Amino acid sequence: MTTAYSWMVPLLVVLPLIGAGLTLAAAGRTAVQRAVSLTALSGMAVLAAVLLWASDTQGPQVMLVGGWTATEGIVLVVDRLAALMVIVSTTVTLAVLTYSIGQGASSFDDESDGHSPLPVFHPSLLVLAAGVTTTFISGDLFHLYVGFEMLLAASFVLLTLGGTVERVRAGTTYVLVSLLSSLIFLAAIGMVYAATGTINLALLSDRMGEIAPGTAALLQVMLLIGFAVKAAVFPMSGWLPDSYPTAPAPVTAVFAGLLTKVGVYAMIRTQTLLFPGGQFSDLLLVAALLTMIVGILGAIAQDDIKRMLSFTLVSHIGFLIFGIALGSTHGLAAAIFYVIHHITVQTTLFLVVGLVERVGGSSDSTRLGDLARISPVVGLLFFIPAMNLAGIPPFSGFLGKVGLVQAGVADGSWLALVLVAGSVLTSLLTLYAVAKVWGRAFWSENAKGITGRGPVRGGHHGALGVGVLAPTTALVGVGLALTLVAGPLFDVATRAAVDLMLREPYVVAVLGSGVTP
Amino acid sequence: MTPNLTLVLVASVLVGAGAYLFLSRSLVRALMGFLLMGNGVNLVFIIGSGPAGSPPIVGAGDGGPMADPVPQALVLTAIVITLAMTAFVLALAHRGWQLARDDLVSDDTESARIHARAEADDLGPGADQAHDVEVDDDGDEAVAADHGRTTQDDEPRGEGSP
Repeated sequence: MTTAYSWMVPLLVVLPLIGAGLTLAAAGRTAVQRAVSLTALSGMAVLAAVLLWASDTQGPQVMLVGGWTATEGIVLVVDRLAALMVIVSTTVTLAVLTYSIGQGASSFDDESDGHSPLPVFHPSLLVLAAGVTTTFISGDLFHLYVGFEMLLAASFVLLTLGGTVERVRAGTTYVLVSLLSSLIFLAAIGMVYAATGTINLALLSDRMGEIAPGTAALLQVMLLIGFAVKAAVFPMSGWLPDSYPTAPAPVTAVFAGLLTKVGVYAMIRTQTLLFPGGQFSDLLLVAALLTMIVGILGAIAQDDIKRMLSFTLVSHIGFLIFGIALGSTHGLAAAIFYVIHHITVQTTLFLVVGLVERVGGSSDSTRLGDLARISPVVGLLFFIPAMNLAGIPPFSGFLGKVGLVQAGVADGSWLALVLVAGSVLTSLLTLYAVAKVWGRAFWSENAKGITGRGPVRGGHHGALGVGVLAPTTALVGVGLALTLVAGPLFDVATRAAVDLMLREPYVVAVLGSGVTP
Repeated sequence: MTPNLTLVLVASVLVGAGAYLFLSRSLVRALMGFLLMGNGVNLVFIIGSGPAGSPPIVGAGDGGPMADPVPQALVLTAIVITLAMTAFVLALAHRGWQLARDDLVSDDTESARIHARAEADDLGPGADQAHDVEVDDDGDEAVAADHGRTTQDDEPRGEGSP
């Protein structure tokens, strides 16, 4: 089922991979590396935009890799959901890339005297982008696994840039947990193949219904556990706040935006396509509630802004799981909208904390103070996404939460109503957590003597060069723009959710209507 | 399809032993555990691929049923990926050894500090003293202060950048 724009689909992965190769070859030539990275990611953004339009108007775009038939070879599929995810992830990656270019010298080494292997940053970031995109457009389980491993390998390198004590410690936890979740996923794939004789998602959507229910339930649990570890769903979320905050600001930003959402995406895809019928929806609802509450209580207890944000990241994964677990079109649509909002706002906040570090020399809110007077720009840039995260109207966070609450009320079961109450409570506690940081770091008396002369040479103006301000401001703008385009965006998300619930469009697009698997 | 019992037992033992080693604090042991588990999971694929048969090449076998090539291709990919991950973990272990002369995974000091503060009753009258809880004996508070700080003798902006 090849369509007019199918040739663009593999380019989404090929472009960043070629870019990664070129940047690796150009190690040490900063200008070349920057140009190549920017070109590759901009190209991806354009392709993703075209593919979103194409998949929205003409159905899923399918590419049969190597000309094999869909049942035998690897299939790449871009439907509305995949296109939305690709475009948002590429946008934030582009912003992070621009930010890290703007940071200039020695942005990735805290303690290693500028001797860290910086040339490896661009290739790693591009491989990360390629891996993330691979998972979004993959049409079979094993290719999904390969995408996971690509982005994991790149994220390992990015997390341990410079190899300082802290980063090696944080990286060890992260690496081991990631490898374990990948192994669980891999074992699940082996069992899926043993049970059904295929790993193609479209074929599986037919065959899963034909095998014994107990076997299908086991496969579903295995896949869910593997993805839940990656998505940091409680109780498998303990690794995230320990490993993210130590990385450089741009790296943490891109991680926060992309990595956990890949797990969420895989959950959405498998839950809707392979296991419709909401077998474990109650379990997922409970997990979502615990993720929200435990995550946000952890956030309140933190001093360090990066750690606080990492906990809110975990907490708000709960909202996404809530939307998925409802298993209704409305719930899915709200979850998809919320993913887009969440990727944008979390990445923005981590970039802003990078600015705070540059101005104040620390991200520990008890050491900072008076930042709103020292640097009103940073204050404003922090305030808008922070309020957006807490879900204050009219920001997109509020709209997404309203969608989820409506879906929960429409569901009507007592557990869904408890979840609705839980999400409102979590929003209020999120507001409390960010307000606490705001009060301490931006408004409080300057107890510890931060002068606003951060670590960056050139003082205040050096710390807030246009190279770092522009990308951050642009992302804050994107977060605001999500409110303006919320209507059309929610419509697209709804259409994506309808297709996901129907399953038919995806399967027909991959296999053709006449194929009898 | 009747699975091969021997392979099932071997895979179970590998995964079990691997899981035990994986729980160790020593990074090298955890890596060994990961390798054992990975091999166990690879065997799961082989178990799932059905009965043995002639090589899956047209005209090469004796005309009997062919073995299923797909799981073997998947396992091959998985082995390659595992090898790459192993290389990275070994590099990480080596770096940890360089820094600390052991390969034990240490605790998160910031997390420990928050815990200590909570136990010292953050909201009570002793909050100020409790706030400055020292965690380790090597001045982690100082490390936290330097977190995100670059050294003062950096290159000027624009050189040596990523």
